[in-house]
Amino acid sequence: MSALIDTPNLADHDGFYAELLAAHRCLDEKRSQALNAQLIMILANHIGDRRVLAEALALALRDIG
Amino acid sequence: MPHTRRPFPFMRPPGLDLPENRHGVLIVGAGPVGLAMALELANHDVSSIVLDDNNVVSAGSRAICWSKRSLEILDRIGVGERCLRKGVTWKVGRTYCRDEEVFSFDLLPEDGHKMPAFVNLQQYYVEEYLIEAARENPLVEMRFRNRVSGVVQSRDCVRAEIETPEGNYRLEADYLIACDGARSSIRESMGLDFAGELFEERFLIADVELKTEMPSERRFWFEPTFHSGQSALLHKQPDNIYRIDLQLGWGANPRRESRPENVIPRIERVVGHSDFRLDWVSVYTFQCRRLRDFVHGRVIFAGDSAHIVSPFGARGGNSGLQDVDALGWRLAAVLRSRSPRNILEDFDAERTFAADENLLNSSRATKFMTPTDGIERLLRDQVLALAAKAPFARAWVNSGRLSVPCVYPSEGADDGTMPALSRPGSVAPDAPVENGWLLNRLGGRMVVLALGCEMPRVDGANVFAPRVTDMLRHRYLGIATSAVYLIRPDQVIAARWPYPDPASVEKTISRLWRLGK
Repeated sequence: MSALIDTPNLADHDGFYAELLAAHRCLDEKRSQALNAQLIMILANHIGDRRVLAEALALALRDIG
Repeated sequence: MPHTRRPFPFMRPPGLDLPENRHGVLIVGAGPVGLAMALELANHDVSSIVLDDNNVVSAGSRAICWSKRSLEILDRIGVGERCLRKGVTWKVGRTYCRDEEVFSFDLLPEDGHKMPAFVNLQQYYVEEYLIEAARENPLVEMRFRNRVSGVVQSRDCVRAEIETPEGNYRLEADYLIACDGARSSIRESMGLDFAGELFEERFLIADVELKTEMPSERRFWFEPTFHSGQSALLHKQPDNIYRIDLQLGWGANPRRESRPENVIPRIERVVGHSDFRLDWVSVYTFQCRRLRDFVHGRVIFAGDSAHIVSPFGARGGNSGLQDVDALGWRLAAVLRSRSPRNILEDFDAERTFAADENLLNSSRATKFMTPTDGIERLLRDQVLALAAKAPFARAWVNSGRLSVPCVYPSEGADDGTMPALSRPGSVAPDAPVENGWLLNRLGGRMVVLALGCEMPRVDGANVFAPRVTDMLRHRYLGIATSAVYLIRPDQVIAARWPYPDPASVEKTISRLWRLGK
């Protein structure tokens, strides 16, 4: 059984997407990357489950890696 | 003052005049691992000859951070208390990013252990104490300026060709233990593959004598303003000598960087003044490598000859002493015909497992300290940035995860209600017992520790049943009301039961000695 939720789970996803874009709006490339990197680590710590994180990595890597 | 290194005398070995009788064990290399090996074997009534091409202790501080487990091993071979008295005990580590402190840690704030988490002590002191103990021990013979130039083994014997200032000779033995360091000539002469990673990074290390006193703390800086874009580490040692490690970058020319005129200005920037004296400088490259097997017939590798790691984490000298710990009792059992030779496979399995754990930790720390350009550097820098604002990220900052003994995979009986820290495969946690310490009481024998119950005699182990104190309860019983622990001669817990079960204990003892079912 999968530990990662890959079906809709976030109520206001459009709102979050807009918030993410807004956060990046005034940042140059380098700062944007820094923001993403920090965000990943903050969320990873919050999730706190290595299995979920491993599945998230695998999902993101699919078609990219 | 730089340490005075008195040369040890060369004594003409008898083998130069007539062939010597076959010996039990030859140990090549009189560093901390080789010397500890000889003393550990002597504890098990096995004699050995230690051969070294040199006749002085090591120059410079080299291995300086001795872990709790190393101190316990050194204590068992008679020099632990001396190391503790002379060494600088420290437990606080501070990590800085640029010039701001991002976090600090305090090791082992727990009482009831004879030895602290770490002491800093220059390797030459440890060697000096071990050599003194070895020279006083009738089972250890030291042969300085005896260089092993070749090793040949047959099915039942190993032969070493030896060069001395007065000529060459040959020794035969049952076993040869190669403790001849990272550049082991024995490993090379046997053509063994020393596989692993080389990191494109160089560090300069220096011992400096300061007049001013600094706190007994480990301090690590990422990108300090005094050493732009690189990292730096500062440790206090006895005699007001401070050890400084400075990252140089891969492009640096080691020879040029170690010249005093280049070293001194860098150190001035670290300590903030020029009131110091430079005692020793060296440059090293980060490497993480190990032999695939540590036992090759009658030649056994221990310490840096078997595995090398990057230094941040104190996993070099400490893991070498743990090799000694895992090998001594088993090799003694083979030599005294108590166990078949395949007991050495257990040493090999445990210590290659431990080496992998050390290599993994070390290569992770190295990647964090010296990220490659691009994404590695981005992620590293963002961990440091986060550490300043979020507590969780402080733990992610990796300036070396300090050596703790690994928990060996164990098939020994276990009981889930007892504390995890004393599960089979772990080193027995120390505790005060009867005006002394548990680990001293265990010594180097097979012991059954019986707590809260009557344990009948068993074959092959002494029973020790101290009064159950709160500390023993906390470390060994947990919520259990009674427990029986079988502890190996290297003080590693082999198995535990909630009640006395002499038949199972005896079966486990036979298995540890690799005797038939």
